[in-house]
Amino acid sequence: MPDSHQAMLTFLQQVVNGLSLGSIYALIALGYTMVYGVLRLINFAHGDVFMVGSYIAFYVAGAMFNAHVDNWYAGAAAFAAATIGCGIMGVIIECLAYKPVRNAPKLTPLITAIGVSLLIENVAVLKGVFGPDPQFCKPILPSDGKLVHFYGISEPVDSLLLIAFTVVLLFILWFIVTRTKVGKAMRAVSQDKDAASLMGININNIISFTFFLGSALAGSAGFLFAALTHVQINAYLGIPLGLKAFTAAVLGGIGNIPGAALGGLIMGLAEAMVEGYGSLIHIPPSYSDAVSFVVLIVILLVRPSGLLGKAGVEKV
Amino acid sequence: MLRRSIFAIVLIGVLLGLNYLVSTQIDSYYISVILHAGIFVILAVSLNLVNGFTGQFSLGQAGFYGIGAYAAAALTTYGQITVFRHWFNADGSISWWLGSVLLVLAMLLGGIVAAVAGILVGLPSLKLKGDYLAIVTLGLNQIIVVVLNNIDKLGGPRGFSTIYPPNLDPITIPPLSSFFWVYLMAAIVIIVSINIRYSVHGLAFMAIREDEVAAEAMGIPTTKYKITAFVLSAFFAGVAGALFAHTECLITPNEFNFVISINIVVMVVLGGMGSVSGTAIGAVLLTVLPEVLRGSFADYRLVVYAALLIILMLVRPRGIFGHEELSFEWLRGQLKGIQTLPARLRHLGAGRLSPSEDKLK
Repeated sequence: MPDSHQAMLTFLQQVVNGLSLGSIYALIALGYTMVYGVLRLINFAHGDVFMVGSYIAFYVAGAMFNAHVDNWYAGAAAFAAATIGCGIMGVIIECLAYKPVRNAPKLTPLITAIGVSLLIENVAVLKGVFGPDPQFCKPILPSDGKLVHFYGISEPVDSLLLIAFTVVLLFILWFIVTRTKVGKAMRAVSQDKDAASLMGININNIISFTFFLGSALAGSAGFLFAALTHVQINAYLGIPLGLKAFTAAVLGGIGNIPGAALGGLIMGLAEAMVEGYGSLIHIPPSYSDAVSFVVLIVILLVRPSGLLGKAGVEKV
Repeated sequence: MLRRSIFAIVLIGVLLGLNYLVSTQIDSYYISVILHAGIFVILAVSLNLVNGFTGQFSLGQAGFYGIGAYAAAALTTYGQITVFRHWFNADGSISWWLGSVLLVLAMLLGGIVAAVAGILVGLPSLKLKGDYLAIVTLGLNQIIVVVLNNIDKLGGPRGFSTIYPPNLDPITIPPLSSFFWVYLMAAIVIIVSINIRYSVHGLAFMAIREDEVAAEAMGIPTTKYKITAFVLSAFFAGVAGALFAHTECLITPNEFNFVISINIVVMVVLGGMGSVSGTAIGAVLLTVLPEVLRGSFADYRLVVYAALLIILMLVRPRGIFGHEELSFEWLRGQLKGIQTLPARLRHLGAGRLSPSEDKLK
């Protein structure tokens, strides 16, 4: 096999790695960006909702296996449980912690969100809940470890499945936001809360629905992470992934839904490329964590409101 | 001038007296909690210059803290085999006055290196606003942590405490810090902050916080003041880092990651953004609280801590002090507030705490 062909294959491999990592970032980033759109709040607890989602998937799938249910059904049940469970969790968080401070100064809800995040992590790490030990998810889907071959390229089925899942979820989200009445209401609330309420939109319901949708996406990302990435899960999983996802949301222009998806994919690709090729330009792989932030800073200095964000015009 | 000199002498005297009491009477665990509280007072009050006074949302204070700590620790360890070789006795100890001079030099170096980094971080603030600035400062903080993790001369991920020069005994970070130095620097940062608050510069900072466009229209050089706030804040954070390095004598990059930055922001907001005494009290409260909870709640202490944080923010959305400073009038107002508490709590479910909250804006 000629060298250039081999190099091409390695490159494609890195692209798939980047896209599958980026898919997780994108799904979490969407929750950040939607909540920011309606409330102008950085929901720090969002990464922890993702963590809870991965644990729900882990436990439900484990219970199903013990009951000798077929793999695909077990996967479907774990997916449904993680998605719906996290959605409901998001609504409860909004109702108890964010609603009372909605009209307070801007940073108050932020600190409350940090408090909620700490609360979820520290409850999760207790012995009776998820426990302090990291868990290694058993292969939920039968695709585990298999490779798919085409045109001389071998890719793990799991990565491709992860990307396909994300595309489907993004399509569903796109449909809800642009083609349904509740989606129209969401867009109206994020444009102007007061005017939307004058048009007869129930702001509280729409905000709750936004939290449900965002947290459900985080839950499904949790399922995908636990089922398909072969990385162990622990109670503090939400911190690094939430941070990267939030960075992705800002990169795409926070509040902008396509921007969050794009930002997530860019972050994933950038990290995979540095891990794969960084050593060629004397950047060791240990710097891959910093790369996403360097990309972010460079892009923000060129486009101060993100890739797809609209620059706000300041009226005096 | 005379009044100031007397104040300075009294302050130093009191601190020296307390230093003696603390070092002879108190258990070392409590000393460590007290020193940490002091270091976080420096960090929170200095961050308040940027977040509270100038209204720029910075989430990267721990980055400056880390830079200061590593720069200072590098000076006092690598200095022992070069410039300050003769200051140390054969057994590695150092006389108290040379130690003090060395600590002051280390604090200055830590502060200056951090201040230079502050210029770098302050520059994006000229272009970015609000949450975008927050994530960029947070990103720079993480970049600093990753870089520190990759400097092998400074220990890398293992942490930095000892160097092994060839043909010599291993050299550790000397424990130069003490109650006196930590609280002297805390007092200085508080005094500087309060002086700024009631000066023309402070008014300029606050004008930028309230409305940047209007401030610029009034002829305030907003660029200059924003950079000044960042540099001053970073300098004190670097000093805090130097003190931390010489208190613990072991520093690891993860002690300076964004989680610590968020902690410092929480101290500022909980104490009251823009209130110097508020942030200082917030810092002490949030450092001491988890330690106090250790006794009675053990495993559940961080759960209780997080729950208390949420409850405090729900009950006092403007922080403990708001924009106010600690004073007798403030205490009197609080007593009145407590009497009307039941009435205000009834509004809690309605999405706001007090019926007048909206009108205030």
